[in-house]
Amino acid sequence: MANVPDELLYSKDHEWARVTGRRVRVGITAHAVDQLGDVTLVGYEKAAKVGASLAAGAVFGQVESVKTVSDLYAPVSGVVVALNDAAVDAPESLNAGPYDAWLIELELAEGASVEGLMNASAYSAYLGSL
Amino acid sequence: MSGDTLLRTPLYDEHLAAKARMVPFTGYAMPVQYTGIVDEHQTVRNHAGLFDVSHMGELLIEGPQAVALVDGLVTNETRNLLDGQARYTLCCNDAGFPLDDLIVYRVRHDRVLVVCNASNRAKIVAHFQSKIGAQARVTDISDETALIAFQGPKAIGILREAGVDARIEELPAFHFLDTSLFNVDVTLSKTGYTGEDGVEIFCPPGEAARIWRSLLQIGAAHGVKPCGLGARNTLRLECKMALYGNEIDESISPLEAALAWAVKLDKGDFVGRDAIAAVKARGLSRKLVGFEVTDKAIVRDHWQVVDAEGQPVGLVTSGSPSPTLGKNIGLALVPVGLSELGTALRLRDPERGREASAVVVKTPFYKRKA
Repeated sequence: MANVPDELLYSKDHEWARVTGRRVRVGITAHAVDQLGDVTLVGYEKAAKVGASLAAGAVFGQVESVKTVSDLYAPVSGVVVALNDAAVDAPESLNAGPYDAWLIELELAEGASVEGLMNASAYSAYLGSL
Repeated sequence: MSGDTLLRTPLYDEHLAAKARMVPFTGYAMPVQYTGIVDEHQTVRNHAGLFDVSHMGELLIEGPQAVALVDGLVTNETRNLLDGQARYTLCCNDAGFPLDDLIVYRVRHDRVLVVCNASNRAKIVAHFQSKIGAQARVTDISDETALIAFQGPKAIGILREAGVDARIEELPAFHFLDTSLFNVDVTLSKTGYTGEDGVEIFCPPGEAARIWRSLLQIGAAHGVKPCGLGARNTLRLECKMALYGNEIDESISPLEAALAWAVKLDKGDFVGRDAIAAVKARGLSRKLVGFEVTDKAIVRDHWQVVDAEGQPVGLVTSGSPSPTLGKNIGLALVPVGLSELGTALRLRDPERGREASAVVVKTPFYKRKA
């Protein structure tokens, strides 16, 4: 079974969220990385600039392997605080440490919350149901 | 694993035991990767890799006229093959469009083996049977034939270590011989789809797993690993080997697909000859070219080539990262005006609207050192 750290929240799109106050740092889970294989490219949508507002579910970029492209979705509504150039420069860092190689940091929008995300045990159960 | 309705090759259990990721491929459950596409790709370039290609179709054509009859159905010259020699060719319909690409093996003057793509097996069997009729016996032996590709610079040495006789060392490319491997009667063919030295091993299905396991065991010390369809695709693309369904199909002339080298218009009549000759006389409007992506983007199969106004003018037939080159590469059918080396191409992802720049480059992208 894939590595699912307790302190993170998760989406059905196999993204993790590390919540610190109103800040939410997002990456993709070990399961997602395992499904992709060797990650060879991380790219951001033009609309996903620092300062831009993203609605929950908006595509903010893609992570690509040799064989497949996978869209990245904002797991919550928020304003883009930071993108991770280090992940763009070293896509293989997602394979090496999926929970270290974050992809976007969002500031939760007014009225937005992380309630729609799963905790580690719920996500583990979800993985088991696939 | 949702392999219930899919066909299985004789090596299916080996793939599961090796924890391969299985995918549906032309009706078969096939391994797309084991350790990872890049790792498997490098394994074949630097050591040797084993591929299960048992899904491929095999037809036997038997009779005194077998050689001439097959030659009349294919575009390349196959009448001059010697016993034990093989040749790549296309097989076209009357309109001059490819039904499939094949390798024709001359076993004897009255016995020819044809290997076709799994996806086209039924179509090719029907085509051969209808065109040949009662003039020779056409038998689909695909289900009685397992096929293992053993490819890479160390493959031949490992076969010698496995006890294959010394003739394998001198066997030229596109030649084959009947021999024994782990006490099994096999045919070893110096053919492949990776651009590396190596063989394809025709063997009885019941012996395939033992040969597979034994080669992995002997090869382990030499870095041999099982490899899947993912690496098979990146390896063939670097060598600009055409893939049916991508560079080749019933809407692309072999001349457009840069396969004129496998079409011998002056060899005598064959199915599709007049139509292909007419295309040649008219001149081509589009051509297959190789490109390198110059932006930070991976261009993939079925992206469009677009003009300055964003209108589609061509098609990416194959696109992928190239593990050997460390670049993103591809093949595209473009208007002749965009086919010169150095031409800048604008490519568009029709699904996501993303665009990328590329430049037409010389092919093959990779060629092994002699």
